[in-house]
Amino acid sequence: MVHTFGCLGRYFALDSESGSLFEVDETAKQIIDSRNSSFADAEGSFFAERETDARAERKPNAYAETETRLNACAVGEFKARTDAEQTAYAETKICPQTERQVRTDAQQTAYAETEAEIEALISEGALFSRGSAAAPRAYGGVIKSMCLNVSHRCNLRCAYCFAGGGSYGSDAENMSFDVAKRAVDFLVQNSGARKVLEVDFFGGEPTLNLDVVQKTVEYARGLERPLNKTFRFTVTTNAYALSDAAADFFNGEMHNVVISIDGRKDVHNRVRKTAAGGGSFDNALKNAAKFRRLRGDKQYYVRGTYTRQNLDFAADALALVDYGFDKISLEPVVLPDSHPLALRFDDLPALFGQYELLAAEYLKRLGTDGEFLFFHFNVDLAGGPCEDKRLRSCGAGCEYVAVTPSGDVYPCHQFALDAEFRLGDVFSGRLDSAVQGRLWSNDVTNKPHCQGCFAKYFCSGGCAANSRNLAGGIERQHKISCELMRKRIECALAITSIK
Amino acid sequence: MKHIRTVAKNTIRRGAGTGCGECQSSCQSACKTSCTVGNQSCERIDVKINRPSDLK
Repeated sequence: MVHTFGCLGRYFALDSESGSLFEVDETAKQIIDSRNSSFADAEGSFFAERETDARAERKPNAYAETETRLNACAVGEFKARTDAEQTAYAETKICPQTERQVRTDAQQTAYAETEAEIEALISEGALFSRGSAAAPRAYGGVIKSMCLNVSHRCNLRCAYCFAGGGSYGSDAENMSFDVAKRAVDFLVQNSGARKVLEVDFFGGEPTLNLDVVQKTVEYARGLERPLNKTFRFTVTTNAYALSDAAADFFNGEMHNVVISIDGRKDVHNRVRKTAAGGGSFDNALKNAAKFRRLRGDKQYYVRGTYTRQNLDFAADALALVDYGFDKISLEPVVLPDSHPLALRFDDLPALFGQYELLAAEYLKRLGTDGEFLFFHFNVDLAGGPCEDKRLRSCGAGCEYVAVTPSGDVYPCHQFALDAEFRLGDVFSGRLDSAVQGRLWSNDVTNKPHCQGCFAKYFCSGGCAANSRNLAGGIERQHKISCELMRKRIECALAITSIK
Repeated sequence: MKHIRTVAKNTIRRGAGTGCGECQSSCQSACKTSCTVGNQSCERIDVKINRPSDLK
């Protein structure tokens, strides 16, 4: 399928199966849209005279139906149709006969030129391309990435926390070094030929168990040379109690440091409160800004969450830039519909406007001192992920796992303590292959709601945990997340086309 | 072309040779509550899978 969209005052077309991206004029958009109509076949062809016998053989029913309707259209049988059919024809605008009667010669020429361009791109496999028939890769048993929940304690009580204040609904506890060490061993033993292994220190708040973080890094570093592995450490912190010693350590050892700040002070303090109920903004910003200066050009992100309380979230993104952070991300809150902070479908127009506003500001600031990088606007068209990567996102439960302080293994941090998805533990070293199989097979090719979606190879079918927690199953669709994802991708593609 | 400007062509390579697994797990980068792979890069050291010769 080809998805056309308007963004930042221009039109674009994305061929979802080949990943080809085009900027198009209005005529091209119009023709592509008409070829996308329900009367068109897989290559977007709907003119009866262009249909070959071979195609007709492949799709006899669809072809016959299209031909019949187009022939009826061409001989002016509109009056014989019901009102509903009449309306359907008018909306789909597929009738070449009536369309061409109202065009000027110049428009006719433009139409013919554009059609020739489209046909050329179709012949190159860059428009209306067909998907691969290749079966997705089978799981090979390799784990390469681990989220270590080193502490199920937290010094904040964020109103939207999926981890229930850090404890995940269980006893607030820290991970012992013994468990962390076993987890690293477990990762190494299951990593096969993968050279780069990832360990993310997560929580709760990892700085509340800094000693174990430091010992774990030291232990893993000691394994790198003998085993020919490279550990890539990351940490996610609220920075509320980020000491100078912790900042120095993170700066030296962490490949990426993710710091949580929600944007403007009042927005942040309304939802990110301390255990005593006070605002956490001043401490978090002071420590984060200090770390930012220390970090220099190394990788970091300041990451916030927006909720129904700040639907004007672009202002929060730009506030983060004003604070001196140039690598930022703002994530939509993920909560049940009944939660007062949850985003609603009614909010989507406003949210879409905010993404586009942020995209415009992103382009405006390129090359200036105020230039910034927004995580969801990154698209590497020329060197992006391969097809395999695009089919199953994070690989939760198979290539990516999370370990709790007690050593239990779950598909990811958002599944922690979800009994149905407990995979095993790092001591026995055995994981539940039935649960793994269920997760691995839940790829984008097996999700009915993804099949007609242009964004499927960019979002890879969405977050299994969000689907599990909010839509009732990993196979199901969390619809509002899909809507926001599509808009973010459109903005990202528009930015990439324009800059 | 007058009416269509190509930004990138055929960037999703299908079939054999993909899936080396050396790239970052998508959730480890910045989000932790959503999933995006489109903004990642291929990290294959020798030959980037999705780098067709006709790409800019």
